[in-house]
Amino acid sequence: MAEIVLDGVTKSFGKTEVIHPVQATIADGEFVVIVGPSGCGKSTLLRIIAGLETATAGEIRIAGKRVNEVEPKDRNIAMVFQNYALYPHMTVYGNMAYGLKIRKLSRADIEQRVQRAAKILELGPYLQRKPRELSGGQRQRVAMGRAIVREPAAFLFDEPLSNLDAKLRVQMRLEIQKLHRELRTTSVYVTHDQVEAMTLADRMFVINAGTIEQAGAPIEVYDDPATLFVAGFIGSPSMNFLPGRREADGVEVGGGMKVPLPEALRASAPQSLTVGVRPEHLELGGTEGLPFRLNVETIEALGADSLLHTNFHGTPLVARVDGHAAPAAGETLTFTVLPRHLYFFDTASGKRLRAGR
Amino acid sequence: MKDATTALMVENRPIADFIAHAILILGVIVVAFPLWVTFVASTRTFDEIVNVPMALTPGTHLIDNYRQALTAGSERGSSAPVGTMLMNSAIVAFCIAVGKIAISIISAFAIVYFRFPLRKFFFWMIFLTLMLPVEVRIIPTFEVAADLKLLDSYQGLILPLIASATATFLFRQFFLTIPDELVEAARIDGAGPMRFFFDVVIPLSRTHVAALFVILFIYGWNQYLWPLLITQKESMYTVVIGIKRMIAAGDASNEWNIIMATAMLALLPPALVVILMQKWFVKGLVDSEK
Ligand SMILES: Nc1ncnc2c1ncn2[C@@H]1O[C@H](COP(=O)(O)OP(=O)(O)O)[C@@H](O)[C@H]1O
Ligand SMILES: [Mg+2]
Repeated sequence: MAEIVLDGVTKSFGKTEVIHPVQATIADGEFVVIVGPSGCGKSTLLRIIAGLETATAGEIRIAGKRVNEVEPKDRNIAMVFQNYALYPHMTVYGNMAYGLKIRKLSRADIEQRVQRAAKILELGPYLQRKPRELSGGQRQRVAMGRAIVREPAAFLFDEPLSNLDAKLRVQMRLEIQKLHRELRTTSVYVTHDQVEAMTLADRMFVINAGTIEQAGAPIEVYDDPATLFVAGFIGSPSMNFLPGRREADGVEVGGGMKVPLPEALRASAPQSLTVGVRPEHLELGGTEGLPFRLNVETIEALGADSLLHTNFHGTPLVARVDGHAAPAAGETLTFTVLPRHLYFFDTASGKRLRAGR
Repeated sequence: MKDATTALMVENRPIADFIAHAILILGVIVVAFPLWVTFVASTRTFDEIVNVPMALTPGTHLIDNYRQALTAGSERGSSAPVGTMLMNSAIVAFCIAVGKIAISIISAFAIVYFRFPLRKFFFWMIFLTLMLPVEVRIIPTFEVAADLKLLDSYQGLILPLIASATATFLFRQFFLTIPDELVEAARIDGAGPMRFFFDVVIPLSRTHVAALFVILFIYGWNQYLWPLLITQKESMYTVVIGIKRMIAAGDASNEWNIIMATAMLALLPPALVVILMQKWFVKGLVDSEK
């Protein structure tokens, strides 16, 4: 168990800097999810922690010790890869035991650790099988077993569920959650899937183009996004954005419609603003709040909910409504939004305008 | 007409089947007939063979001919016993195959997994030697072998043939298909490069090694020009050279029955290797793992 500290960590490949100075602390026992779009540098950051890549600048500390020059095997970490990376010619048992054999643990010790991991992961009946004789979910469990038996200070996961089908992904997500509750090992989990991030994380780092844009508990990030990017990335379907123009004490968002700008923001608001509203905050048939007349173009019925794809003066808006109250396509309806559910962003910098910041 | 064609396409096309089988059978005959003639000749006496036309059924001297070939050799031309030659061939072919595989798998491992200065350069050097088979560099190689006193020795027969750009290339291509994550998983597990080589790379290369062994064993067994140059003592002849040396004088003076028996004997070990290793191939294919 250990705290992981990234102190000004930077990474360049040749001349391109793919990780801009990162400052972050992952507390002992914490489950941190690094989430961001593909190519933003998540894997690179994780691999720097693992020691598979060297940081161009900055310091990585695990359990208070600088590990920049330490080999992966001596960092006391274990990694789970997207494509499992199991040794194809070894049995499940062999895969889990291999690292322990190299570390010269006694045979009894290895046996005991593997059996324990197999029990936690319900791999008991498969110990003598080869990876190719297992399903994707089972393989990923073996990969996790290989990590568990090392009893490391930290688990590093790189998109471990991406190769699984949707149903299995949900199931494995729950298993990882359960595993973390049982073992309480510091974990860093990389994913591009914001649902995984929301459900798994104690805290998540939303990363964009090599920079951590926001770190915080999932619901905190969801309710209080720091930037346009975070607001758009976290939440599904994502937040609606209306381009707006500052106008006295409000913002003109198209069609002559003006939404009031909270007093606290008035001093700092620039001319060009983006107004954000989450789909679930567009209320159908509400009486309070700002009215939006929207024409429903298409409907995605999800069962419990329906997503209404509408158009507001050329800007697409998605509203999430009760699946049973869904109107027909083509109708023009009034939706209301409470002013406290509006988010204001500086269009130029992408920063959220927040009172007192 | 159209109907007929469709019918031909849909039904089990007896005419097409017949033609296909006829061609296949003809092919088998073309390939197998010389073998049969060789076999028949190896079971008859010299007089029976030179008697035109030669009979195409096995004769009665099978055991005599083979015993003479194995223990005493031909009375005319070379007289080294074929038993010794077979042993020489087996040693040479085996060492060439094993040596080539060992050297090329290690070179490929170095080229794929290590960053060292001039790595590209060395790779292209190896690649270039593909264009320089033994036959091209035979005179200088002979010079060197002679200077090193390797004439009439196993080392002389084996060493000049032991490097293999082809095999190196093959292993390189295979290693490139091993996912990087596997290397990284091994690094995290604490396996150093050599450990990774022995515990992961070699087991994964098993089927490639088996396939190459067959090919290279036969390559070594069939070597002709180089053994011809480097061996003078009969005790160092390989069986391919032995056959050549037995055919010393004109047609009539060669002991064709013994030569044919030798040829049959020379055929057996490569055939045996193919048959035995074929099991491995199939196992490898069924096991196919990556
Ligand atoms: N070995 C490498 N050499 C050069 N560029 C790389 C290398 N690895 C990753 N990159 C680049 O760094 C960026 C981040 O990659 P990565 O961390 O794999 O992204 P993610 O995991 O978030 O999808 C990408 O633009 C990628 O092209
Ligand atoms: Mg990645």
